Amino acid sequence: MSVSKRVLKGGRVVDPVNGRDGIFDVLIDGDRIARVGRDLPVDDGVLVTEIPSGLVVCPGLIDMHVHLREPGQEHKETVATGTAAAVAGGFTAVACMPNTVPVNDNAGVTEFILKKAAAANLARVYPIGAVSRGQLGEQLADIAELKQAGCVAITDDGKPVATAMLMRRALEYARMFDMPIIEHCEEQTLKGDGVAHEGFHASALGLRGIPGQAESIMASRDIALAELTGGIVHIAHMSARQTLDAVRFGKSRGARVTCEVTPHHFILTDEMLGAPVPYDTNVKMNPPLREAVDRDAMLAGLADGSVDVIATDHAPHHYDEKRVEFDRAPFGITGLETAVSLCFDRLVHAGIVNLARLIELLSVNPARILRVSGGSLSDGAPADISILAPDLRVTVSAATMRSRSRNTPFDGWALRGGVAATIVGGRMVYVNDNGGVHEPA
Amino acid sequence: MKKDLLGIGDLTRDEIYLVLETAEAMREIGQRPIKKVPTLRGKTIVNLFYEPSTRTRTSFEIAEKRLSADTLNVPVAASSVLKGETLADTALNIEAMAPDMIVLRHASSGAGHLLSRICRSRIINAGDGMHEHPTQALLDAFTIREHKGRVDGLKIAIVGDLLHSRVLRSNVLLLSTLGADVWACGPGTLVPPGLERFGVHVSTSVDDAVGDADVIMMLRIQQERMDGAFVPSLREYFNTFGMTAGRVARAKPDVIIMHPGPMNRGVEIASDVADGPYSVILEQVANGVAVRMAVLYLLAGEAEAD
Amino acid sequence: MDSERMARTLARIAHEILERNRGIEELALVGIRTRGVPLAKRLAAGIHEINAADVPTGALDITLYRDDLMRHAVAAQPVVRRTEIPFSIDDRRILLVDDVLYTGRTIRAALDALIEFGRPKAIQLVVLVDRGHRELPIKADYVGKNLPTSLSQSVQVHLKEIDGRDEVEIQES
Repeated sequence: MSVSKRVLKGGRVVDPVNGRDGIFDVLIDGDRIARVGRDLPVDDGVLVTEIPSGLVVCPGLIDMHVHLREPGQEHKETVATGTAAAVAGGFTAVACMPNTVPVNDNAGVTEFILKKAAAANLARVYPIGAVSRGQLGEQLADIAELKQAGCVAITDDGKPVATAMLMRRALEYARMFDMPIIEHCEEQTLKGDGVAHEGFHASALGLRGIPGQAESIMASRDIALAELTGGIVHIAHMSARQTLDAVRFGKSRGARVTCEVTPHHFILTDEMLGAPVPYDTNVKMNPPLREAVDRDAMLAGLADGSVDVIATDHAPHHYDEKRVEFDRAPFGITGLETAVSLCFDRLVHAGIVNLARLIELLSVNPARILRVSGGSLSDGAPADISILAPDLRVTVSAATMRSRSRNTPFDGWALRGGVAATIVGGRMVYVNDNGGVHEPA
Repeated sequence: MKKDLLGIGDLTRDEIYLVLETAEAMREIGQRPIKKVPTLRGKTIVNLFYEPSTRTRTSFEIAEKRLSADTLNVPVAASSVLKGETLADTALNIEAMAPDMIVLRHASSGAGHLLSRICRSRIINAGDGMHEHPTQALLDAFTIREHKGRVDGLKIAIVGDLLHSRVLRSNVLLLSTLGADVWACGPGTLVPPGLERFGVHVSTSVDDAVGDADVIMMLRIQQERMDGAFVPSLREYFNTFGMTAGRVARAKPDVIIMHPGPMNRGVEIASDVADGPYSVILEQVANGVAVRMAVLYLLAGEAEAD
Repeated sequence: MDSERMARTLARIAHEILERNRGIEELALVGIRTRGVPLAKRLAAGIHEINAADVPTGALDITLYRDDLMRHAVAAQPVVRRTEIPFSIDDRRILLVDDVLYTGRTIRAALDALIEFGRPKAIQLVVLVDRGHRELPIKADYVGKNLPTSLSQSVQVHLKEIDGRDEVEIQES
């Protein structure tokens, strides 16, 4: 519903950038936040939205690793369905990956994506462009043009940047535009034709393995090059404890490196390959689920601040594509509509991180790394606000998701925590009927 | 027994012994003038072999026919698969014609599990990728019991490309369930991570593995393994891991030599050993029919519990 | 029926067999597993006692020929044992031996099984106990004892070789 002035009344506002955690009112004027304060006076013509006790009002969540699949793979997802899934998942913005068909290595594709996003008019979309033309790892893409068209970062995600030399050049070049390079760290020859984490479970099931070192070796390369060039690198979907060690080391030496972890990598392990559903292709993603000791290392990194961002790597695939032999199934699972519940249930309620830290991981840091607005409820900031329900009982249901695809291993999970409503640019674009926030009809 | 036989883990210890004892009775049928019993008359069994295999497929086919079942070999190399039909669709199409059992061999580990989820027919795994080959392990155990009277307490050395071998995985599970002392031996590049967790000795020294062994089981090593830099050359492989008469001499005097076939003579096994007095390789093939008859019979009985 | 009576009954049957079959060289005994087998062996011993002749004896497992296989609700398959007939049955008079004759279905299965082994000249049926309630047109040629029973009863023959004692037991089920 579109209103010019609205006040969110009486919610617990958690806004780490402004040092707030308490009951505050948030006054929205048009598409901006006008004021945040206690017991704000309400003029006529201001829509009052009561925020029930227990709900949390925070800067809009930003998922900086999402595959929207458009152009070219609309059977899996479109910008429209993907942004619908995003706002249902509490995200006010997503950054979308360039491995579309055709690859987003030019202004034409970037503008196409932005046009689709504007038409859907739900979550903000920040396109990420390719590092190399066609993501082929040979020549640099026209990075300035991509930036000009609206890209916030570059990546060859799906693969690492093919050679050290090319990565070096890309870092030096992108640095001119203050653009981070988001890296899918994976030494390709070690990966080979692996489909699962190299370990006991893959061995028992006869699946070719990918060792954690395939990721950490490439991360070390990229972090060293970032140090060499002064460039900016962001390690995508980190899964191995050795990679986290490399990131910590790099940070200690002053390299401009940040990193992200997906919910599935801090919750699940490779034990799921064999049970409850053996060879479940909804457990196949890249990087793969690793051992408990890796999963625990990710949790420790989330707690101690070494991990900067939680991003979902939302990778929708059509049902037919996943209903095949494990070897042949494409890598990836969806994530937009399960992330918030998983984060509440397995991080906040489990005592691993507190709410303020969660907001940093899901909003403050992504905004900072992508150099986009967001991450705070400051006066004059865009009114991108997530209203979350930390105690809402949720049962994950793939069948009712807004994403076009159903490939999630969390179907049926009973979790504590969910989304009550999502506001983008002052418009309430999503309301959960069970969330406690009510829009007038 | 469970509806499907996808791996040795689907059988309890008692069920394993039941299969072996039933195979004893089944073997006698192959010695009669009329090698047929009416037991599976009217049952339809589809042999869906995505990987070429003469030995296993023929063995299953003979077993099915001896039990009077109607056998259907679906030649997957041809037809629909070349047209890009998925395994799931092929299976559902076959299922629409109501077979009682599907015997599946496929290059992907877990292919049988996929079919089991979408088909009502009983699925028998005749070899899936690098995962398992349960009827091979059963006939291996049958052969061992024939010669040694038991499996428990025997030192059994399994030598070769451990990493890619489904025969290894099934045998390790089955032989350790029956109480054997299993030694898995192969080059360091071909040892699956975590193999020791199955309760077997893992060694890269073939001399240690075969020392005083009661049974030596050789696994194939494929030509393609040099591509992944797993072994430098087949010649070097033969020198370090090949079963020669000299190595056999380190085992017990009444050792038996086994091989699931097909053999690469001069690569994993010397010809004189393959054809020598300790070799029971051809018996394994003969026993395969009886063991598969036992499996088909035991799995055919139970109606759906729904 | 106790051990002594069983022995006398089997001895009587052995005599009857010899009376009704002139050519003893043609005879062979085939016991139906499980308890028909020791009974067949005892009969062979009995015949040997009478005229020092050795009648070849075999064991037949009829499980795979049963007409009630694959019709069970959710029951495991019955256990199959080895058949051992180490002689040719062609042109022989086969004496099929079983402990209890009831519906006749076991004997039908045995006939089917036996025919696969060759073409006997004749097949005769020896049973220790006939409890009636035939469901097929099957008749025993030699009967140890006729035991009228009701359908609610079960008849169990125990033999020393298998159960440690000789006894015919009737139970209400």
